[in-house]
Amino acid sequence: MLYFSRLRIALVSLITILFIYITLSNFVKFDDNFFSKKINLGLDLQGGSYLLLEIDNGPVAIQKLQNTTTVIRNYLKDKNIIFTDLRIEDKAILFNISKQDNETVKSFFLEKESEINPYYSQYQSHQFDLLIQENEFKLTLSKYGLVKIKTSSQDSAIEIVRRRIDEVGTNEPNILKRGNDRILVELPGLDDPMRIKSLLGKTANLTFRFVTQNNSDTFGVETLQFEDDVNEALVSKRIILSGDNLLDAQPQMNNQTNETVVSFTLDRVGAKRFGKATRTGIGKQLAIVLDGKIVSAPVIRDAIVSGSGQISGNFTFQSATDLALLLRSGALPAPLYIIEERTVGPDLGQDSINAGVFALLIGFLLIIIFMFFKYKIFGLIANITLLVNLFFLVGILTLFEATLTLPGIAGIILTVGMAVDANVLIFERIKEESRNEKNNMIAFDAGYVKSKTAILDANITTLIAAIILFFMGSGPVKGFSVTLAVGIFTTLFTVYFIARMLTSLYVVKNKEKVNLI
Amino acid sequence: MINFNKFYKLFNLLSLSLVVISVLLLFFKGLNFGVDFKGGTLIELRANDKNINVTSLRQSFSKMNLGDFNVKKFGNENDFLIKIEKKDTSANAIEAIKKELISSIGSSFNFRRVENVGPKVSAELLKSGVIAIALSLAAMLFYIWIRFEWQFSLGAILALFHDVIITLGLFSLFNLEINLSIVAAVLTIVGYSMNDTVVIYDRVRENLRKFSDIKIFELTNISINETLSRTIITSVTTLLALVSIYLFGGEILKGFSLAMIMGVVFGTYSSIYIANPILVKLRVSQKTILKEDTK
Repeated sequence: MLYFSRLRIALVSLITILFIYITLSNFVKFDDNFFSKKINLGLDLQGGSYLLLEIDNGPVAIQKLQNTTTVIRNYLKDKNIIFTDLRIEDKAILFNISKQDNETVKSFFLEKESEINPYYSQYQSHQFDLLIQENEFKLTLSKYGLVKIKTSSQDSAIEIVRRRIDEVGTNEPNILKRGNDRILVELPGLDDPMRIKSLLGKTANLTFRFVTQNNSDTFGVETLQFEDDVNEALVSKRIILSGDNLLDAQPQMNNQTNETVVSFTLDRVGAKRFGKATRTGIGKQLAIVLDGKIVSAPVIRDAIVSGSGQISGNFTFQSATDLALLLRSGALPAPLYIIEERTVGPDLGQDSINAGVFALLIGFLLIIIFMFFKYKIFGLIANITLLVNLFFLVGILTLFEATLTLPGIAGIILTVGMAVDANVLIFERIKEESRNEKNNMIAFDAGYVKSKTAILDANITTLIAAIILFFMGSGPVKGFSVTLAVGIFTTLFTVYFIARMLTSLYVVKNKEKVNLI
Repeated sequence: MINFNKFYKLFNLLSLSLVVISVLLLFFKGLNFGVDFKGGTLIELRANDKNINVTSLRQSFSKMNLGDFNVKKFGNENDFLIKIEKKDTSANAIEAIKKELISSIGSSFNFRRVENVGPKVSAELLKSGVIAIALSLAAMLFYIWIRFEWQFSLGAILALFHDVIITLGLFSLFNLEINLSIVAAVLTIVGYSMNDTVVIYDRVRENLRKFSDIKIFELTNISINETLSRTIITSVTTLLALVSIYLFGGEILKGFSLAMIMGVVFGTYSSIYIANPILVKLRVSQKTILKEDTK
């Protein structure tokens, strides 16, 4: 165990120097482009916001059911099947038909390539689960039907979220899917996520609809509140224009009224429809409805054929900017709710770094002093190993561009504390062996050989804990498990290569000395 | 040589009663879960105005109709930690609190940290924390079973349970907060305690092979003594690291390092006084080990 060839010594030294270089490149600016990787600081160290959003798919599912009832109605009418009581009740579509039609209708729902099963070939699953009781058909979304709804609304929601955050212009945001109904947003450097939170909290579903007095409008009517929560108006359910038709939206100062407005430009289809509606609706009030509330309801004075217009409504410059941003980025497919938020201010982050680094220095110093007093020259070897270990640990984290968190720093300090264990095990074993074996070379060799299983088992158990923590833990805690796990490998490497090499060099020179350790 | 085995019975009794007390504490007093596991809002704020203190903050917060809340000093003279139990994760909840604070005590503070956890997330975090600890215990049990024999595995796992239960019992007794980092600490304790036990077990196994005529009662004592200086030195260096985190690593790491310190102390103790007496009780002998070798 004690023999090291020159080649090996050179190789180990080279790797060590390389890692010292990599580690230092985090702190010192070298004048070269040889290596540019750096450890990432977690949100708890650099400051920033962590938001976990959940998509409320309830409305989407209801919409899906509503669309499906239309499909069913058309199908039944087409086939001249008499049906009664077609309705949506408790997330299910229900209807009655007479018994003789049962098989026909059933085969429609079980057909693998009908309109009602749009992705059977892909998932081998029907979109709906079918329950037939006597004359009553009951359709509920199947497991895959629900998954499909969730994943597709997640796909489009994450796109919209990304657009909105990009528009605000924060530093390197991190936007990820979580499960099939959640979105994780990490915003480094952002200490007040208020604006982004309110932007993400809005669905931004914009519609232009006529205000009406007529309760018997063919499309149906509903009473909507204005944004001030006081006034109300009766609005037709017929949608003249929706946010989908917008090409652009910008905040603007209206020079005549000195009011901030949002001006918008419509696409061709939108412009045509808008022109037609305004031409026929002169004198009427056009309600601009955002997320179920009326922003304003101006009276149409002229036909607007240019395909552009303005939305007014008690805006400040900020709120007009935000509305324009929301309209540009498009509507969310479903409402988003923030179910977890963690925000750390940059000064707390810096304080945490300072405290962590200080604790690391103190812990390191205490351990070095302790080891030196306990083992003298071999303590020195253990200490050099420990220092190299630290370089390796930070170096590997740098290589992988790992994220360092506050618990991660604690993990490094803990690694420093536990790393000497392997050397201690070896040294103590050598001491024991030396009692019976006077030949230093043999005693040292035996010490290394016999302590191996204990060292291996002891480190693997810690590694198991670290791995479980990595898969079960979240955020900062994950950072802890990474440093702990990497620390185990660097410890084993440094103990068996660096410390053993230094020990062998020393022992070979002092073969004849008694009580060497 | 120290006769550790003379006190096996005494310390087993002590451990047993500590575990029973801890379990009773956990059942009747329960744990003080933080926002991670209970949901709610946590705000760490720094006041720039020296006149702001816990009382004035408590007054301002009680005007806000936030339900149960708790205000305490956090490290520095001007740093405060406010915990609100109400689970309001709506987009403007924090903003509303900020506004009301400004109007009641002036704008001389900043929010250094805000954590807002909804009930669904906190329930999930708690579940995954419990699963993580259970999983790690199971993994250790399995690993030792493969590497040693089932008697060793049982001894090691009982020692682990002992450490984890007593550490949690102490957290309950002193009403210390349980959050995500405490789960990390508990898992690390599991790793550390195991580490310690394995080193002694490794020596017990080696000695079992070497000496066929020494009874396990005596043999464990020899093994503990042979590895004793290592046990002490490693505990000392680990504790040095942990104490420096506790003292200098900032308020956020205090709970974590405290849990770890307790864990290291109990882990070291249990490796000697739980893991080894179990081997004696299970009448482990050279046969147990030789069976393994001939496999």
